[in-house]
Formats: sequence, structure tokens, C-alpha cells
Amino acid sequence: MAAAANDRDRDAARPCRPLSGALPTPTLAAEGIARTMMPSERASAPTPKETASRPLLVVENVRKAFGGVHAVESVSFQIEAGHVQGLIGPNGAGKTTVINIISGLLRADGGTIHLLDRRIDQLPPHKIAALGVRRTHQNIRLFAKMSVLDNVTVGQHLLRRETLVERLVFAPRGRAESARLHAEAEALLARVGLQGRARVPAAALSYGDQRRLEIARALASHPRLLLLDEPAAGMNHTEAAALGELMRDLAAQGLTILLVEHNVQLVMDVCDRVTVLNFGRVIAHGTPAEVTRDPEVIAAYLGTDEETG
Amino acid sequence: MAQQIVNGIFAGSIYALFAVGYTLVFGILDILNLAHQAVFMMAAFAALQAVLKWKWNFGPALLFATAIAGVLGILIYYIAYRPLRRRPDTYFSTLISTIAFAAILEALALRWYGARTSRFPLNTFPDHTFHIGSAAFTLLQAVIVAGALVLTLGLQALVRYTRLGKAMRAVAENERAARVLGIDVERVVLVSFAISSALGGIAGVMYGLVYNSVAPGMGHAVELKGLSVIVLGGMGSIPGAVLGGFLLGLVEVASVAQLGSNTRDAVAFIVLFAILLLRPRGLFGRRLVREV
Amino acid sequence: MLGALHAFYTQHSALIQVGGINAILAISLYFTLATGLLSLANAAFMGIGAYTGALLTMRAHWPFPLVVLAGGVLAATTAVPLGLPVLRLRGVFLAIATIGFGEVVRIFFINWSYAGGALGIDGVPRKTTWWHIYLALVLLLFICWRLRRSRAGYAMEAIRQDEAASATMGINVTAYKVAVFVAGAFIAGIAGSLQAHLRYIVDPNDYGFSTAVDILVYAVVGGMNVFIGPVIGAALITALPDILRQFTSLGVQPGPDRALASGIVLLLVILFLPEGLVSIARFRPWRRRQTTAIATQRARAGP
Repeated sequence: MAAAANDRDRDAARPCRPLSGALPTPTLAAEGIARTMMPSERASAPTPKETASRPLLVVENVRKAFGGVHAVESVSFQIEAGHVQGLIGPNGAGKTTVINIISGLLRADGGTIHLLDRRIDQLPPHKIAALGVRRTHQNIRLFAKMSVLDNVTVGQHLLRRETLVERLVFAPRGRAESARLHAEAEALLARVGLQGRARVPAAALSYGDQRRLEIARALASHPRLLLLDEPAAGMNHTEAAALGELMRDLAAQGLTILLVEHNVQLVMDVCDRVTVLNFGRVIAHGTPAEVTRDPEVIAAYLGTDEETG
Repeated sequence: MAQQIVNGIFAGSIYALFAVGYTLVFGILDILNLAHQAVFMMAAFAALQAVLKWKWNFGPALLFATAIAGVLGILIYYIAYRPLRRRPDTYFSTLISTIAFAAILEALALRWYGARTSRFPLNTFPDHTFHIGSAAFTLLQAVIVAGALVLTLGLQALVRYTRLGKAMRAVAENERAARVLGIDVERVVLVSFAISSALGGIAGVMYGLVYNSVAPGMGHAVELKGLSVIVLGGMGSIPGAVLGGFLLGLVEVASVAQLGSNTRDAVAFIVLFAILLLRPRGLFGRRLVREV
Repeated sequence: MLGALHAFYTQHSALIQVGGINAILAISLYFTLATGLLSLANAAFMGIGAYTGALLTMRAHWPFPLVVLAGGVLAATTAVPLGLPVLRLRGVFLAIATIGFGEVVRIFFINWSYAGGALGIDGVPRKTTWWHIYLALVLLLFICWRLRRSRAGYAMEAIRQDEAASATMGINVTAYKVAVFVAGAFIAGIAGSLQAHLRYIVDPNDYGFSTAVDILVYAVVGGMNVFIGPVIGAALITALPDILRQFTSLGVQPGPDRALASGIVLLLVILFLPEGLVSIARFRPWRRRQTTAIATQRARAGP
């Protein structure tokens, strides 16, 4: 759509997307928000496998202790751009801690994390977010008193350029931006299956819908890396399958996903690679097929099964 | 020097007695009961009323005032706390409700006794003066210090060694678990309010007697200093409140001696700031700050 | 008609002017409350504005508009070094820290002999008129209105509901908190300067904890979720003594009973109408909206 493309080109702070259809190799501009593509553009884009030449996220020797408890110990792994990577392990293995550290809510005690060439482990969460990292939370953290649409609008925070002064003088640019972002937000809601629910207070949604809203919110400002913390928890088979399809869709458009999940079927279906944690350490890494055959992984899970009877 | 120490200990004991009630409620419920100072004030008026109008002796008047304070504590529980328990923002709404309750109490005191300062009659408490070295103190001051120590130690013993105390600590730790374990949480909370207010009331009577002034606004200065004390001692810590109270009393007196009487009131707040910025959990506080 | 308005104004001019200033103060608090910060420092910032204004007018003879602005600027400047360390504190601890700050400022003024010490400043020329006050108020209300669906407005609301989640959305939580804190201080400083030139006197005891509580009461009674709430609360509470005066025949004493009435109103509001008085008006439209939403959901019952 020509008009939309002109708008985007005019926004100086964002990296220009060449109209030829070739996906630029990921670079981190000052704001560093790479765009994933809207559905209408999908046809012209190459698959991410053709473009990824180096890992998007490199986690090296990260450790974190709480008091005397070593939640995470010398954890290292990498994620290729455009991949969906699973992070699994028994309860208490440290998966959420790893997500918290990557997103900046926790400071690691040691180790480094690089997003492409940029070291992010010492940055505050909002700066990491500005580099294109988004997440959902294990216990849903929506803005419960806001409407569904408003939640997504908050997610668009980094996209909004309208200054307060412009707003005070009713500048037309602001109105155009609001209208455009509103449309994008509605489209996003439709994409996760929440169309028509824009005005509903977020707290009134069902559990599964809330999880989907959280994902919509995380996608709102076109992230490059999405961290999902147990997004399928509480979903039935159909819902989980739909979620899996959404994830593969997003990955096909260039989004990189780190998926923490207990739903093993979903992980097998969706992930390109899987990292397995147990007691805060990486015990296996590979394709889903490789990992499920790994004796140490089997022991970790079977061991847990025995304990819980 | 010795005199200053004596003065500091004495002032500190009232702060300690007042603060202990504050910190007890905060420790168990995570709320700040800003009506505490109004109970402090009302108890002083109750004792005054008993002594002046009904010609009671000091002992019965004190008991009466303590009872009134306890009843007010129970009222605070029923009116300002219980209806708000289920709210997500309990700490804020109870802040407001206790402020409202305090305003009502103060307005009533204003209506009944007027704004002027009232005084206890001179013979309310026997007048003896003692000497330790160069320091002089009155029997009243000695009784206050001793009383404060006995009461606060008694409270600490209650909390540590009795069943009620264990129940209080359980509720403070994890209310839901306490309920599941069969503890009557409502009763524990009610009793906590009553005890906290009773202690605050005793502090009020002592304060009114020793500084010889009872007025509807008398709780304000102490309220804010009490905040400093519990922050210094650590929110929810009884030994902390006691130690903090005495420390504040001593530091205030030292500051007046060295830097002039203007600094007296400022000390409490400078200490408050220092603690909040450098070591928010205070001397003995267990938790850092409330996890939101 | 105009004559009647004029008569109404002259009879109630004090009320209208004081009410306007209280409304400005209430808005100064609204900014911080809307971001989830319980700051009780605004009375102190008001005091800083008042003293700045009075001294600049009486000792330095600056022009009035500049004096008013200076009050705001000085208050805002004080807010920066205070805010940075203090805004890290959570909930009740922030409230306590700001109370402490308020007391330190009050004690400072009481001991500042250049500014009259405990007696304060007397004889400040009366320069504030009702249109100064209401111009400021209307401007502020306009800004609040435009803030509502703006980037900053959404950020503030998000921070209020969940700071950590907001940060992961790219919102610089600390920057916003400091910004609203300083903005609130600026507005309170302006109110203080305006008030100083209305009441002839600047009394240090007017800027302490009880005033801070008064401002909080305006916001709570009116409603903290929408910007017009604190203004309504301020109007009501300011008018309370006059309302009570109508009942003197029934034995009501406006002095102590104003405090009693305020306390009762506050208690009733927090117990039964926690969203403030404005929620009465918004109750029905919201219900209607929600019913529509539910109906729409049912109509679109999909896969």
C-alpha cells in the first residue's frame, strides 16, 4: 500500500524498509526496532532462513542465585534469527528466571547476554525493550483495568512519535498516527482471535483470551525477539494448536521466539530447536527429535514423574 | 551530659511506647494506622476527664483511659479496616480510612473540649525528684520509663511465647496459610488493634501528664515522629520500635544540646530520610519493601 | 442575568478564589496519583512557591507573572533531587518519605528568620485575581484532557497498574515518575505563589502534613481515576463550611464541624464510593457500555 509505505519512510527514526521486498540484514539502529511484516506484505518477503547469518541472541554463562539457591548456573545457549526455540525443563528448573534475566527484570550475577552485537545484560528493562525484545509473563500481567484495545495501545508505546506539544495543539500528524496505530491494534487483535472485543475490560476476558491479549500486546510494536513464558498454560488442545500456528506464522515473517512451555506436544510441533534446563543448568540442546531421545532429558522428566507419582 | 541522657531516655520511652503499637499493626497487616495518634489523644482526654470531672485517682483514670483506647482500637478495626480487607489496594484505602477516623475523633475532641490546651491538676501524680550523679529526674519520669519498658517487653514476650503471639506471627507471615491452619484470623487482627491502641493510649496519658498539656492536636507531632521511629527500627519489628524510640529520644536531645533547639523536630525527619535512602529496612526490619 | 452573576460572585468571592486554588492543588496531586505514586509532598512544594513568590514580590519587586512562575520553578527544582532517590520506594514508604520531606520544609521555614520565622511573612500585596486562578486552572484541565489518550497518558496509567510490565513494553518508568513528580511540584508551587498574593500572609504552618492530607482528601473524595475528580472534590470540600453554615440553626458549629463533616464524608467515600464522587456520574454510562460489549460478544459468537 503506497500511502502506508510513504508514511513509514517519512518516520525518520525508524529503519527504512526497502520497497523491493528484500529483507535487510538485521541491524540495530539507535532505536533498533526492526519491523516484522504485516500479513499483506508476506508474499514478497524471503524466509528468514535465507537471511540469518548469525545468532540473534547469545546467552553465555549466565548465573543467578537467590540467597543460597542457585536458580540458574552457567546457562549458555543461542537462538538463530527467525527460529522458534523452546526452553523446557521440570518445574523449578530456572526457565522463568532466564526469561526474567533476558528481559531485564532480573540482573544476572554473572555471564553475558548479547542481542546481535549489543550486550544487553546490564541494561534496564525498558532499554532492552527498545532493542526489540518483548515478553509475556507466566502469571498474566495485563493491565487489568484497561480495555483490551488499550492494552495493545500501551504496547505501541515505542511506536508513537506524537509529542505532548503536538497533542496540545491538535496537530494533524498526531491524529493520523493515532488512527493508523488504532487500525494496527485492531488488526493485531483480529490476528490473535480477539476481534470485536476491543472495549472489553481486560480483566473480564477468559484465561485463554487473556493469554492471547498478552501476546497481542507484546507484538504491538513489532519486536524482533519474543519471549513467551508458558503461553499455552490453561489452554485446551484446540487453543494450543491455534497458538502454535500463530507462532509458526510469526516466525515465518521473521520474528524470533523463545518459548518456555510445559506442553511438550506444542514444543515438538512448533520449535526449530529446544534447550532443556534442569536444576538451573542446560542439560541438552538440539532439535525436538534429538532432545526427546536424550537419556538425560528423559531421566529429568521421568524422575519428576516418579516423584509426583 | 548525664542529664541529657536521662532526658533522652525519658522522651524516647514515650516514642517507643507509641511506636510499638504502630509497628505491631503494620507488621501483622501491612497497613499504616494513622488513627493511632488520635487514640493517643483521646486517651489523654479520657484520663483528664476522669481526674478533673469525676475526681478519680490517677491509677483508675489510667485504666479507664486504656480501656477507652482499646475500645477505640476495636472501632477502628470494625469501621476503618474490616470493610476494606478485600480491596486490592488495602494499604491505600486503610490509609485514607484511618485518616478519616482520626479526623472524626479530633473533631469530636474539638467540639467537646475546645481547642485550648488543658492540663492535669497538679496533684495528679506524686511529686518526687531523684538524683543519679548530676542528673535529676522525677518519679513520674521514672515511672514512665519503667512502664514503657515493662509494657514493650511484655508485648514482645506475648508475641514470641504465647499462642496468641504465634497466631499473630502466622498471620503476619501468610494470612491465607494461617486461615487454613485454623487460626481465627479476624479475632487475631481484632485483638492486635485493641492491644496496639491500648498501648498508644497509655503513651498518650503519660505524654499529657508529663508535658502537662492535652489538646486535640497533640497527636500530630508524635504521629510523624512515630513514623520515623518505626522506619528506623524496621517496620513490623517490636524491638526495633523500642530501640528506635530510645535512639530518637537520645539523638534529639543531643542535637538540641549541640545545634540548638531549632533542630529538635527536624532530627526525626533527617533520620527518616537517611534510613529510607540508605537502609529502607531499618535496624531490624525483615522485609525490604513490600512486594507489589 | 449578568447582574445576578456579579452579585453571586461578590458574595462568594473568597470561596470562588480559594476553591480555585484548591482545585489547582488537587490537580497537582492528580498527576502523581494517576501514575500510582502516593506523594504527600505537595503542601511543601506549595509552601516553597508561596515563600518564593512573597519574597520576590516584596524584596525584589519582580513583576507578578514572573513571580508566580518562579514559585513553580523553584518548587520543581527542589523536586528533582528529592524525587530521584525517593521515587524508588514503594507505596507506603514513598508516602512516608514525602511526609518527612514536608515536615523538613515546614521546620526550615519556621526557623528561617529572613522570612519571618514562625510568624511567616505578613503584608504580601494582593495581586491575585480570580481570572489568574481560573486561567491557570482551565489551562491545567486542558492539558489533563489532552493527556488522556496520549503516549504519556497511557504510560502513566500503565505504570500505575503494573510497573514491571510497563518497563518491558519500553516505558522508562523512572523518567515518567520523576517527570510527574516534578510537574506536580511545579503546579503546587504556582498554586502557592498565587495563594500568597491572595491572602496577604504566608504562614509556615499552612504547608505541613494537615494541608497535605487536605489535598489528598480533595482527590479521594472527588475521584482519582479521572482528572476532573480532584477538582470536584476540592470544590465540595472548600464549600463545605458554607454549606454547613446553612444549618447553624440546628446547632451545627461550622468550625469544628467542618472537620467532622470532612472526616465523615471521607470515610463514607472510601468505604462506599472508592472511586470518588465522579463515579456516580460514570456508573450508568459504563454499565451501558459493558452491556453493549456483552451483547456484541454474544452476537459475534464465533469459533
